[in-house]
Amino acid sequence: MSIQLTSNWLGTQRTGSDHRSIAPLSSKRGHAMTRTSQEINDLAEASYEYGFSTDLDTDIAPPGLTEDTVRLISAKKDEPDWLLQWRLKAFEAWQGMTEPDWAKLEIAPIDYQALSYWAAPKQKPVLDSMDDVDPEIRDMFDKLGIPLHEQKMLSNVAVDAIVDSVSVTTTFKATLAEAGVIFCSFSEAVQDHPELVREHLGSVVPVRDNYFAALNSAVFSDGSFCYIPSGVRCPMELSTYFRINSQNTGQFERTLIIAEDDAHVSYLEGCTAPQRDENQLHAAVVELVAKDRAEIKYSTVQNWYPGDENGVGGIYNFVTKRGRAHTDAKISWTQVETGSAITWKYPSVILQGDRSIGEFYSVALSSKRQQADTGSKMIHIGADTTSSIISKGISTGRGQNTYRGLVKVMRSAENARNYTQCDSLLLSSDCGAHTIPYIEVKNPTAKVEHEASTSTVGEDQLYYCRQRGMTEEDAMSMIVNGFCREVFDELPMEFAVEAQRLLSVSLEGSVG
Amino acid sequence: MLMVENLSTSIGGTPILEGLDLSVGAGEVHAIMGPNGSGKSTFAHALAGRDGYEIGGTATLDGVDLLAMDPEARAAAGLFIGFQYPVEIPGVNNMYFLRTALNSVRRARGEEEIGARDFLAVAREAMELVEMKKDFLNRSVNAGFSGGEKKRNEILQMAIMRPRLALLDETDSGLDIDALQIIAAGVNSLRSPERSVVIITHYQRLLDYIKPDVVHVLVGGRIVDSGDHTLAHYLEDHGYANFVNHDPDSAPGRPLTGTAS
Repeated sequence: MSIQLTSNWLGTQRTGSDHRSIAPLSSKRGHAMTRTSQEINDLAEASYEYGFSTDLDTDIAPPGLTEDTVRLISAKKDEPDWLLQWRLKAFEAWQGMTEPDWAKLEIAPIDYQALSYWAAPKQKPVLDSMDDVDPEIRDMFDKLGIPLHEQKMLSNVAVDAIVDSVSVTTTFKATLAEAGVIFCSFSEAVQDHPELVREHLGSVVPVRDNYFAALNSAVFSDGSFCYIPSGVRCPMELSTYFRINSQNTGQFERTLIIAEDDAHVSYLEGCTAPQRDENQLHAAVVELVAKDRAEIKYSTVQNWYPGDENGVGGIYNFVTKRGRAHTDAKISWTQVETGSAITWKYPSVILQGDRSIGEFYSVALSSKRQQADTGSKMIHIGADTTSSIISKGISTGRGQNTYRGLVKVMRSAENARNYTQCDSLLLSSDCGAHTIPYIEVKNPTAKVEHEASTSTVGEDQLYYCRQRGMTEEDAMSMIVNGFCREVFDELPMEFAVEAQRLLSVSLEGSVG
Repeated sequence: MLMVENLSTSIGGTPILEGLDLSVGAGEVHAIMGPNGSGKSTFAHALAGRDGYEIGGTATLDGVDLLAMDPEARAAAGLFIGFQYPVEIPGVNNMYFLRTALNSVRRARGEEEIGARDFLAVAREAMELVEMKKDFLNRSVNAGFSGGEKKRNEILQMAIMRPRLALLDETDSGLDIDALQIIAAGVNSLRSPERSVVIITHYQRLLDYIKPDVVHVLVGGRIVDSGDHTLAHYLEDHGYANFVNHDPDSAPGRPLTGTAS
């Protein structure tokens, strides 16, 4: 069975017909390939003399992206040579690539040379009390029901002795260490566990995978690293910890999660608190490795600045997320995306081992002038592999929401099974919903199902709720939350509650 | 309690109700009967504040002007409609829906909201009233319900909302005799001197179980006759022919009851 075949839609570089693979190589590339690492080190050191104002103490690099920028970042982070080489290889690849243009997104041209690629982690001013926090942000905290001590941490308010962020963090660290779980920033992992990083970095998302992944690989700032040893069930959701540590995550985040045989971990990325972020371009890469019988559950709640009603401002979010599931392993992606002006994101699972399972649950809301082109890729390689995709798109205002997904069953994948369900909800007359499924099946024993629906919130439903005493906004929010139920049910409990509230807040003003 | 005077309603310029008068006292049960298209359901929705009607006349509940309020404010004032076609809301479980509804009206009335545990007790009691199975609270609102379950759910909601005035729009349609009895028993148990009920129905059958104090005949957008429960029996036997401006050549002549206007 084959509905629509377009293999390289996510920018992989395997077919000769891809225009990116015939892009001319820059002259720099030829030079770089002949250099020894000593020469590179010399060059790296030399570059600071004139390239970046002589010292390593600058907080922010001048705009522009060259090989020297990559060297600077690596040097600032005191990285081993193999990682610098890896970054340089990525940079070289990136130079030969062009931005993907197949997504249903209207994007103003991005000037990559106008951005700055290195900034020291910002020290936010420490505030004396919650009274000093922007009232708008306080208001949002209240609407989301975030506990006060977390509000303080997120706003960088000095916290009292009882719930001090440092001690909380230390407690988490001790609990995790006892279980043998490694959970730290990516930079720390590079220093403390280089062998683990080296073995797995780029093993799921190769540097040449796509334009934004290549860019990230060259200039990634920091991110998270997580390693669960064999047979260990991570003693806590790696969410609370992360929330506390999520304030300084950079523009080019890199995350690597490794679950050894029989290990289990649930990880939550992001934060439902309002993120005021002046970086317009975000290009993150997340790689998951689930070894035999391991299970990784990765949940995302994304609420970055979406821009205003006229489409001014807002984050451009180009993310590559992919997991590799070995024999009997399971990888589950759950995402609730309500922020960002542009979302380009296709969390994927390579179902490599026999009987491995891949899941994708998504809620994407596009309001104002937001554009989301998001979905999933499930690549069935092993026999008896199973995948399911549940996607809920909500469009309102002048938002545009596109589901784009690939289900690929390779010749080796005997008895592969996929179920895909794409539901779209339209809440205004100027918004749009689009569903673009790609199904590619090379094994006749495969069973692939795709269901799609488009609906609107009925006048009848609103009236019924209002007759029962609910305001129109409460009714709308309840109905939309009902629409998203299957996805929210997959989130860890506390975040499901926040996600519901977040959705309600994002929908404010969508009624009437 | 409910006072409706000269109520007129049209949809897109087409008149449906034309000068309807109705007065329902506290604790009374009234039945409104009438042929298809006479405006029975329109009456319910006009009172409830559904969009799309042009409305004239007055309607007050406990002296409060219903017509000036949003639908949710009318609900908070104590008006409850039992829907003829209860609406499905996929993904929203009954428990959550019912508690949100109850707390919405409590909030509007300045009362304290009810917590999840206390609410569960209220819900359980109401469920027994209409013989709902336990799993009911975890199912989505009306989604995948049978016709009978949907109607029973309406009475369950009435039991939880405890309205001043319940207007039940063809709650008996599409029910088998067992379901009809369950619903009638539920409504009867909710009768009180504080609560009035208006039953809109085609058939006299439901009125065998819920004895109305007054029966009204609604024809052509107006109440054309009112009487005690024997009027319902008359209608069962003779139909609405005598109340409708029918073609005299095609309908057999029947004596007027005398009270028809």
